[in-house]
Amino acid sequence: MKQLVILFFAAMMITSCGNTEKKADSSASTKNIALTGAGATFPMPYYNLALKKYTESQGTLVTYGGIGSGGGIRSLSDRVVDFGATDAFLSDEKAAEMPAEVLHIPTCLGAVVIAYNLPGIEEMKLSNELLEAIFMGEITNWNDAKIKAENPGVNFPNMNITFVHRSDGSGTTFIFSDFMSKISSKWETEVGSGKSLKWPVGMGAKGNPGVAGTIKQTEGSIGYIGSEYAFAQKISYAKIKNSAGNFIEPSIESISAAANTDIPMDTRIMLTNSSDPYAYPISGFTWIIFYKEQSYNGRSFAQAEGTINFLNWLIEKEAQAIAPQVHYAPLPAKAVERAKEILKSVTYSGRKILK
Amino acid sequence: MNSEKISKGLLLAASFVILLITTGMVLSLVSGSIPVFSKLGFHFIFSSAWNPTEGREDYGALPFIAGTIITSILALLIAFPLAFSTSLFIGEYFRGKWFAKVLGTLVDLLAGIPSIVYGLWGFYVLRPFIVDMGLSSQGYGIFTSGLILAIMIIPYATSISTEIISMVPNDLKEAAYSLGSTKFEVIFNVIVPSARSGIFASYILAFGRAMGETMAVTMLIGNTNAIPSGLFDTGNTMASVIANQFGEADGLKLSALIAIGLLLFVITALINAAGKFIIKKFS
Repeated sequence: MKQLVILFFAAMMITSCGNTEKKADSSASTKNIALTGAGATFPMPYYNLALKKYTESQGTLVTYGGIGSGGGIRSLSDRVVDFGATDAFLSDEKAAEMPAEVLHIPTCLGAVVIAYNLPGIEEMKLSNELLEAIFMGEITNWNDAKIKAENPGVNFPNMNITFVHRSDGSGTTFIFSDFMSKISSKWETEVGSGKSLKWPVGMGAKGNPGVAGTIKQTEGSIGYIGSEYAFAQKISYAKIKNSAGNFIEPSIESISAAANTDIPMDTRIMLTNSSDPYAYPISGFTWIIFYKEQSYNGRSFAQAEGTINFLNWLIEKEAQAIAPQVHYAPLPAKAVERAKEILKSVTYSGRKILK
Repeated sequence: MNSEKISKGLLLAASFVILLITTGMVLSLVSGSIPVFSKLGFHFIFSSAWNPTEGREDYGALPFIAGTIITSILALLIAFPLAFSTSLFIGEYFRGKWFAKVLGTLVDLLAGIPSIVYGLWGFYVLRPFIVDMGLSSQGYGIFTSGLILAIMIIPYATSISTEIISMVPNDLKEAAYSLGSTKFEVIFNVIVPSARSGIFASYILAFGRAMGETMAVTMLIGNTNAIPSGLFDTGNTMASVIANQFGEADGLKLSALIAIGLLLFVITALINAAGKFIIKKFS
């Protein structure tokens, strides 16, 4: 079924790419081109809203298919899309497998919140040690002395802890496990990080809606949910201790603050456990990927220019202001600066596209 | 061209398409599962490891095989007394009466409910009920899945059994009555023995249906990739692990999932074959 869907999308993309080439040949105006992208489902609500606005204001049609990060990378590798999108940046090995040099730009930030269901308990603080103990299955009851010690005055019930994790592969799991590996050496050696894992304890549910629904229905449960989904729901989530020692509640501002760190030139960085004192520690970028050399497969210059103009617009103020409306954190100034430099390095037959 | 030739050609073509589809499916399942079998060998079938983390990849199908078989057998055990009694009720005791007709229609209706609806009902009604009964602290797991599967397979077992029971020749029954048998004796000495292969076949069909069921089980079993330690522990089935993890899977993991699909195919085929063998032996 999934393959069919991907095939369908791919077919649509191939046909739409073919059409645009013909159109672009006859006119140099970017108004007549159509762009396609595919990939991560996590930033899809943001992209959909931004694309709609771009098409309305600039007249260029941009379509995006949420087929998963893996599908986005494959589609770019097969050159059936103008850009791909992924929640996990390409490792050096994966980048080497691509047919040409691929660039990343971050487009917004998201986070993973630790949600729970304990009747009557509105606030909970979780230190790194508690996160390790709960998710490794060392603490199994909510009335454990260690949990009480971190949350004085909160009356925890005598109730079993049920850990709810994702049963499907997901970028949310990737960010969560990357953070856990940074704060716990035990987690790193026994579980590690990835889109799906060998879980020490707990039960699985499918997708953010599945995990959120299971937590809401199950007293004594705790689990992790993408912030973009959690913020839109009425669900309690914990404050997490960041590397500066502050307990931080996830919010648009505290997630954005996670990017106040040294961002490398290629922007490939995991922002988990950020050093910023006000940063929510389980945060991360989501990226759009594209080829550095835009002249391939007989693409017209207008098509290449249209792609880069759109990406340039996506990281600027107008588009970034849309992000918080759908519960994503906008890029901080430094990240935008880096992304601009990357876009300026893009070429068409060796010539720079952006001035 | 006469109509005889045309109809013969059409029938041949249609049956050839079925043959093509089945072999095509087996071939693609086999070729898809070659990577995992060549890397892990039979370890894949007998191991309970499931570690998709890059660099530590190791896959074993045993937890899913165990989960599938345990939930299906449990479902069959729960469904059997209900389905058997209902089919006797409709097919013999109250045969042709209005109440039996209503009941028969309701059973058929039960078969038409999509499995996602059973899943929703199980998630929001059955699972909290199990928590309230104090059977389990969160309500997910093997028992809840077995219970929902039992409800789902009752119509399959019931409606075929009913057909078979009502097809038992009247001559046989009348002969037994004329010899002074009670209704109870007629049922267990005449009807059940003469209908037993058909009744058995209906339970094989129901069992196969329980093994392949995906959606409702995924919502209730807890999706834990380990061999369940008890009736109220969480687990996973072959169908639900495929449904859950197919999306982002690639490489060896994708091959492992396809291999689980192949194993499910083989196990279902084996059970059908065993069923056919037993039917032949008893009839």
